[in-house]
Formats: sequence, structure tokens, C-alpha cells
Amino acid sequence: MSQAPVVELIDVTRSFPGPPEVQALKGVNLTIGRGDYLSIVGPSGSGKSTLLNVLGLLDRPTVGEYRLGGVLTAALDEEARAGLRAQTIGFVFQAFHLLPRRTVLDNVLLATLYSGVPRRERMPRAKAALDRVGLAHRMDFLPTTLSGGERQRVAVARAVMASPELILADEPTGNLDQQTSGEVMDLFEELNADGLSLVVITHDQHVADRARRSIRIADGRVSEL
Amino acid sequence: MRSILRRFRRGTAPDGATADGATADGATADGATRDGAAADGAREGAAIPPIARADRFTNQDLLVEVSHGIGGHTGRLVMTTLGTVLGIASLVVTIGFAQTAAGQISRQFDAVAATQAVLKPGTANSANGDEVATSTLPWDSPARVERLNGVERAGLIGEVPIGELEITAVPINDPSAPEVLSPTLLATSAGLLEAVRGEVSAGRYFDDGHDARADRVAVVGARAAEKLGINRVDSQPSIFIGERPYTVIGIVDGMERRPDLLDSVILPLGTARADFGLRSASELQLRIDAGAGPLVAKQAPIALDPNAPENFDVQAPRAGSELQESVQADINVVFLILGVIALLAGGLGIANVTLLSVSERTGEIGLRRALGATRRQIARQFMVESVVIGLLGGLIGAAVGVFAVVVVALVQQWTPIIDLPMVFGAAILGAVVGLGAGAYPARKASRIEPIAALRAGV
Repeated sequence: MSQAPVVELIDVTRSFPGPPEVQALKGVNLTIGRGDYLSIVGPSGSGKSTLLNVLGLLDRPTVGEYRLGGVLTAALDEEARAGLRAQTIGFVFQAFHLLPRRTVLDNVLLATLYSGVPRRERMPRAKAALDRVGLAHRMDFLPTTLSGGERQRVAVARAVMASPELILADEPTGNLDQQTSGEVMDLFEELNADGLSLVVITHDQHVADRARRSIRIADGRVSEL
Repeated sequence: MRSILRRFRRGTAPDGATADGATADGATADGATRDGAAADGAREGAAIPPIARADRFTNQDLLVEVSHGIGGHTGRLVMTTLGTVLGIASLVVTIGFAQTAAGQISRQFDAVAATQAVLKPGTANSANGDEVATSTLPWDSPARVERLNGVERAGLIGEVPIGELEITAVPINDPSAPEVLSPTLLATSAGLLEAVRGEVSAGRYFDDGHDARADRVAVVGARAAEKLGINRVDSQPSIFIGERPYTVIGIVDGMERRPDLLDSVILPLGTARADFGLRSASELQLRIDAGAGPLVAKQAPIALDPNAPENFDVQAPRAGSELQESVQADINVVFLILGVIALLAGGLGIANVTLLSVSERTGEIGLRRALGATRRQIARQFMVESVVIGLLGGLIGAAVGVFAVVVVALVQQWTPIIDLPMVFGAAILGAVVGLGAGAYPARKASRIEPIAALRAGV
């Protein structure tokens, strides 16, 4: 059972009622195994956002089936989906999305708030996560005083807090220069080496090329590269 | 095919997918789905283990998040609460002033009006249209009513008809002198002076002895004394009513409730009965305790005539609280409306700023959703923020209102009267305003699409 893929999309179509009806995803079949490292590329408007929404349990497929960690998600109500999302998926965004008035530590702890991490484990886990991304010395800083690369590393620490099975990174290097991009991607790859499945959505061909597997999405259809 | 699928879209997607798979890929996809479905039951419990109650997003967590949300913008918080502060403060001030003023007014009334009562024989129209009295006041009325609770002093007054007789200080028959209007002649019982709060400015008032013996003594009102040329009584001046001399034993003043007494010559009742054939007194003046009005009005007629108490007309002050309430009601309505309008403006202010804060914090909302917050948790967070802002405004407003009432009352040397439950109610009302104002922004916050919000940046 542990061999069940982390993500299994079967003929997933997501259409937005029109007129005209728009099919943002058309019969997508996608399987991501444990420990996979996948990059998704595609022009804007190709359906990347919709795929990210569906993968992140933030949207439901109109037609088709989505299994996350083997769990059939269509049957779950909103609350259960939020719970599953909190426990299974860690998000990293282009714009970092750190709360500007909370300390780095608070920002990392935020991930435990909704995911049900036992309270006594929260603080040690947050410290360990910050330590792992090399920011233990920045714990009490405000995010606004950090560099872009540091901010993204805080976001990565936050993403791994709830010990997810899958990291969804949406343009994680979009706001970073070449060198910092490389550092952040190194960090991601370390996490991946530890067994986390990693999905990186990106424009940057350098970043996409680092992944072991790359897929292109165009006009709602997915093709392996 | 599509229409069938559509029916299975949500709750029963697996069946739909199976059907779809069967047509598209044949047996393999179908088989895979079945396997998955079989695994499903086993996995489901394991994948989403129930979270211990203590580790869920508790109300305490909510309050911490709310306090961070509110505390971040001090300047904005001040501006937001200002509307509610003003609204609640004006409500508290309005009600507080109404209560204080009512207390003040009834206190002024207390001094005279609230402690004075008058009892007169009832009247009826006779066959030829004349007004006739339906009862007479017994001569011992003062003694009867003074035994009642709440009656401090009572005195009878009767007008003495003197016809052509003149009241003069010296009986001079001067045909060339201009005719002067003589003072009216009244007869009272000995207790009247105290019953109407009169003062003796010279000499003394007559007593029950004078009354019983029908002594020829008189007391003169201050203005009548001036007219008659009497200013001292130690020389035992006399006045003449017609040809009969009466010794003036006192001059009286005050008597705000019966100023006509100042222009009168007053005889003891007994004297008036003996000399002028006075048949009955016309009214009974009562000085009563504050608040005793309703009781006296009910009991005094019975004391005078147990068989026909309805034949007396009583004018007694209403109970203090009734008076207070009626005054309060007049003042309150106008200002309450103003307060409510101010409060509505405050509520709109909160709604506006919360709405602004929602649109500013779309990124944060998206992030929280991505981290596993449900729509309801997001809505609750903004709702509670708005309620806390409202409550804060309510508390500050109530404090400001109380302070204003106390300061003004001190300056005016009034006694501030403020209903404490009203003050707390006003503070709570602030929270209710916040609740109402937060509803729409919270709803809007809960509908934000996370990925759209997260991609927008910030």
C-alpha cells in the first residue's frame, strides 16, 4: 500500500461554465510517485493555474478522478479537503507570502495552526525546519528584513512543517536571481532526496531542466517531455 | 455521454470516472479504478487521521490570530473604532443626561410641588346651572388628615364674604377720599401657615386657642399690611372690618403656593364663624412627604367622609418615578435617534475598513487557505476581528460617555445619575455593531480563491 502513488489524476477535466464554456484542463492523466521530482512548464493561460488548484485540493475536477496519497478526494467535504491539504501538501509561492508583521518563527509556526500538528511538537519542529534551511539565526527577524532568497527559504521551511508528502512549488524562483534560484533549488532537491515528492511549476527552463521528469501543459492538455 | 457524466460530477465522481475510463481506455483503466476503490476503504482512515481536539484550530488560536490582525495597524484601528466610540458615547451621554436631568428636575419639583396637595369639595351643576358643592369640609379636617401617613401639616382655608364692609386701619369717614379696594378676608385654621410654608415676618400666627375662643385677632399678609399701613405689631395695632375692631397679632410672608394670602386679612375660622357666619371652608391645604402624593390622594377623602370619598377633588403630586419617566421620555427620543445614527455611521466605518483590510490581505487569506484553513475559519477570523473592534469602540465609547456625563454634572453641580446596566449594554452594543458590520467582509473573505489570491502577489 505504501507504493500507492502520491498523486493520481485520471481523465481529469475542469471546465468553467460559459458561455462560452472553457475547458481549462482536458482529460488529464498524471501520476506522481513517491519521491518523484517533476517540473511543469507551459505558457500562461495554458491551464497551469487550474492544474495547481486541482492538485492542491483548492478546486475540484469537473469530470474525472483525483487520488491524493491514495485517498479519493471527490467524496470529501470541504472541511476534510482542508484537513487533507494541510497534512499532505506543502505550498511554496513565487511571492513567498510571508506575513510581514510576524517574525520568521511565527510565519513558520503558522503552518501548524490548521494542520493539527501536536502542540508540543510545534516549536521544536519549527526550529528544526529553520535550522534545516539554514536560517536558525534569523528566527526572530521580521521577513521584511530578509533577502529574497532567505524569504523563500523561510517559505520552504513553512511548507515542510506539517511533514507533507508533496511539495507544490509555484514559480518558486520567479522573484530570485540566478544564484539564489540555484540555492533554493538545491534546498528543494535535498528535500526531494529525503523522499518528498516535488512538483515545480516554472517558466525558467534552467529550473525545469533540473527535474528528473518534466511535463508540458498547453491548451489544457498535458504531454511528457 | 457527457450529460450522463455531468450527473455524476461531484459526489459520485468515481462511477462517472469508471464509465469514462471504460469507454476511453477499456479494461485497464477500469481495473485500476476498481483496485483504487478497494484500497480506498483501507486508506481513508489512515490518510486523514482524526486530529486531537487540543491540536485543532481552537478559539484560543483564533484570538491570537485576531489580535495579530488587529494589532498590526494601530493608526487604522484608532480610525476604525472612532465611529463606534462616537456612536456609543453619544448614546451613553444622551441616556445619562436624560437620567441626570430628570433626577434634577424632580428634585426641584420636590421642593414645592411634590410636597403640596390640595383637597376641595366636589362640585356639581344644579338644575338652574349654578355650581354647587356636593360636600363640605368638616371643621376638624386638619386633625383628621394629619393622622394619615405622609401628611405633615394640614390647614383649612375659607373665604369670608364681607359684602359692603370695608377693611381699614383707622375708621375715618371721609367722603372725599378715593375708594380703595379693601383686602380680601380669609379665615384659616391655625395649621395653615405651616401647611403652605408661610413665614411670620412680624408677631405670630394665631393658634387653636384663638380659633376655639373666637378671639377678635387677625393676621395680615405682607402686601395687605403695607396697604393698611401696618409695619409692626408690638404696639397691638387694630384693623376694622366694618365697625368691628380686630387686633393684628402678626404679619405673614412667603406662601408661594397661595400668593393671594399676601393680599389678605386672615382671621381664625372660629372668629369668622362667630362674626360673619362662615358656613364652611372652601379648601384644605396639605403639606406632605415627598412621594406620598398617590397615597394621600387616595386616603385623605376617605378620612374626611368615609361614606362618600368621591365627593372631594384632590390635587396631589404624582409619584416621583412617573414624573421622572415622563421627563426622561421627552428628552430621550430625539437624542436616542441621533445616537443610533452615529452608531450606524460607526458600523459602516467598521464594515468599510474591514472590507479594505480583506482586500489588502487577500494574499494572507490565500495562504491560510493553502495551509489548510477552511472557508469558515477564514470567515470567523474576520468576523471576530470586526466584533473585537466593535467591542473596543463600545468600551471606549461607554467610558467616554460616562466621563462626559460626570464632568458636566460636576460643573453644573448636579448629581450624576447613570444606569450601570445601560453602560455595559452600550459596550455590548458596540460588539453587536461590529458583528453586523463584519458579516459582509467576512463572507467576502471566505470566498476568495486561494490560488488567484496567491498569484496576485504580496
